[in-house]
Amino acid sequence: MKRLVILGAGTGGTALAHILRRRLSPAAWAITVVDRSPDHYYQPGFLFVPFGLYAPRRLVRERAGLLPGDVELVIAPIEGIDPAANEVRIGGGEALPYDILVIATGCDIAPGETPGLLDDWRVTAFDFYTPGGSAALARRLESFQGGTLAVHVNEMPIKCPVAPLEFAFLADWHFLRRGLREAVDIVFVTPLSGPFTKPAASAALGALLGERGIRVVPDFAAERVDAAARKLVGYDGREVAYDLLVSVPTNMGDQVVGDSGLGDELRFVPTDPKTLRSKSHENIFVIGDAANVPASKAGSVVHFQARTVAGNVERAAAGRPLAAEFDGHANCFIETGRGRAILIDFNYEVEPLPGRFPFPLVGPLPLLKPSRLNHWAKLAFRPIYWRLMLRGRPLPFISDRMAMAGKKRPPAAGATA
Amino acid sequence: MPQRQYGTAVVDVDAEGFMTDPSRWTREIAAAIAREEGIAELTPAHWNVIEHMQKEFRETGQAPSIRRLSKGSVVSVKDLYALFPGGPARKAARIAGLKKPEGCV
Ligand SMILES: Cc1cc2nc3c(=O)[nH]c(=O)nc-3n(C[C@H](O)[C@H](O)[C@H](O)COP(=O)(O)OP(=O)(O)OC[C@H]3O[C@@H](n4cnc5c(N)ncnc54)[C@H](O)[C@@H]3O)c2cc1C
Repeated sequence: MKRLVILGAGTGGTALAHILRRRLSPAAWAITVVDRSPDHYYQPGFLFVPFGLYAPRRLVRERAGLLPGDVELVIAPIEGIDPAANEVRIGGGEALPYDILVIATGCDIAPGETPGLLDDWRVTAFDFYTPGGSAALARRLESFQGGTLAVHVNEMPIKCPVAPLEFAFLADWHFLRRGLREAVDIVFVTPLSGPFTKPAASAALGALLGERGIRVVPDFAAERVDAAARKLVGYDGREVAYDLLVSVPTNMGDQVVGDSGLGDELRFVPTDPKTLRSKSHENIFVIGDAANVPASKAGSVVHFQARTVAGNVERAAAGRPLAAEFDGHANCFIETGRGRAILIDFNYEVEPLPGRFPFPLVGPLPLLKPSRLNHWAKLAFRPIYWRLMLRGRPLPFISDRMAMAGKKRPPAAGATA
Repeated sequence: MPQRQYGTAVVDVDAEGFMTDPSRWTREIAAAIAREEGIAELTPAHWNVIEHMQKEFRETGQAPSIRRLSKGSVVSVKDLYALFPGGPARKAARIAGLKKPEGCV
């Protein structure tokens, strides 16, 4: 009996367990999945919690019920990965030997990386990337009566790179509905030179932020937070004052990845961008946020990666050459408030472009433009996540590889510096 | 594909002005891109960073992030911001003739 061990039962680990259980004969392969906690959270829901739109308890399900029956789930912290011995060590000292390992440990916020950020944590400085953070922020926003709200991105890459923008748009809408918009100054503070990483989307989103009266402070790298004086202090000496700080701290891979010598300086695993195999070990594959590949860290990306990883695990198991097929495809809905959302669809090579999705002309979803339909599609993502994505089922009309159909190339874009 | 002229050299660049073929890079082109980025003159401290970035790129195929540059103890983050005001990793990569750092996805 051979052993496949999957580290992490989040979006990627769960989907992969389903696909591989369908494909690998149970007589030949045992599949074990390890996660430190019994609860699986629908992370995209954290964005809506601070505004009272979702309650955190509606976003959680038990991991055990999300995995196929003939996969073993071990709830324990992973404490060591020893690629030389082909063994994983879990809490309590038990060793799990493997023939093939999949790392699906995701990434998490590391607020301790920015001096001062934890000084007034969840009093004046909040995150919304964790269940606790989004719930604490919901309580704070209820009593917030006005002042400067700084929405801050500390360092790239972060998971769901559009989430901070969505937060700013939803905050605008939230205060508008409460009749407080005039009393709140919203600033968007980013280390990038614009609101997004890719030019066409950055221009479209920049225009929308302007319309909503949200100020952008670009190229800002925070050296520290002065919690007592309530300001962000940049390496270049610039300062941004706030009354309420909502920060997306540096995102890092799990401690165990770093401790095991498998990570880069942010504890992301160096991974081949197309085969999704570890660059250093032939029998280790990586899916999702844990990998260092230059794709967005998003659930949709994890979904598009899953079949490549599953296929390559099968190929490696059979001693066949791997397929270099993952193209970096990402598909993200960006909530822009007021019941609308923008859709972007892109990959390693093609930046988000305007057009229609998934079909040319008829769409029905417009790309790079706010629409009500996109907002409904974003809300529909939650049942799709539980029912299709986690089971590794294809999504209706969306292929794993990005399609050019429906997308419009800009007229020979003049280069921008 | 857009092109840019620097002195007598015409080079291919991407939509954001990053050179697409590092082998066409010269020190003159670097100085010209630096002026576009608001850096009037490249000092030995700038060259130290630029050359280190090119070395990392040859070794890893990626332009290093600010975090990586500072961990490599070539230069502190503070000095990087003083040398390349605004976005040091992005600016230094562009001047070094490399593609945009992948940390920016
Ligand atoms: C606020 C927010 C909004 C988002 N919005 C969207 C969106 O709209 N659309 C979208 O596509 N994506 C969105 N995402 C991103 C999406 O949730 C993630 O990209 C996706 O869940 C990543 O899947 P993963 O399997 O790589 O990691 P995860 O799902 O995070 O799973 C990692 C698992 O590994 C476990 N683990 C890690 N280390 C250890 C250890 N040492 N021992 C034991 N267990 C361990 C963790 O407990 C966790 O269960 C959002 C994320 C956030 C935070």
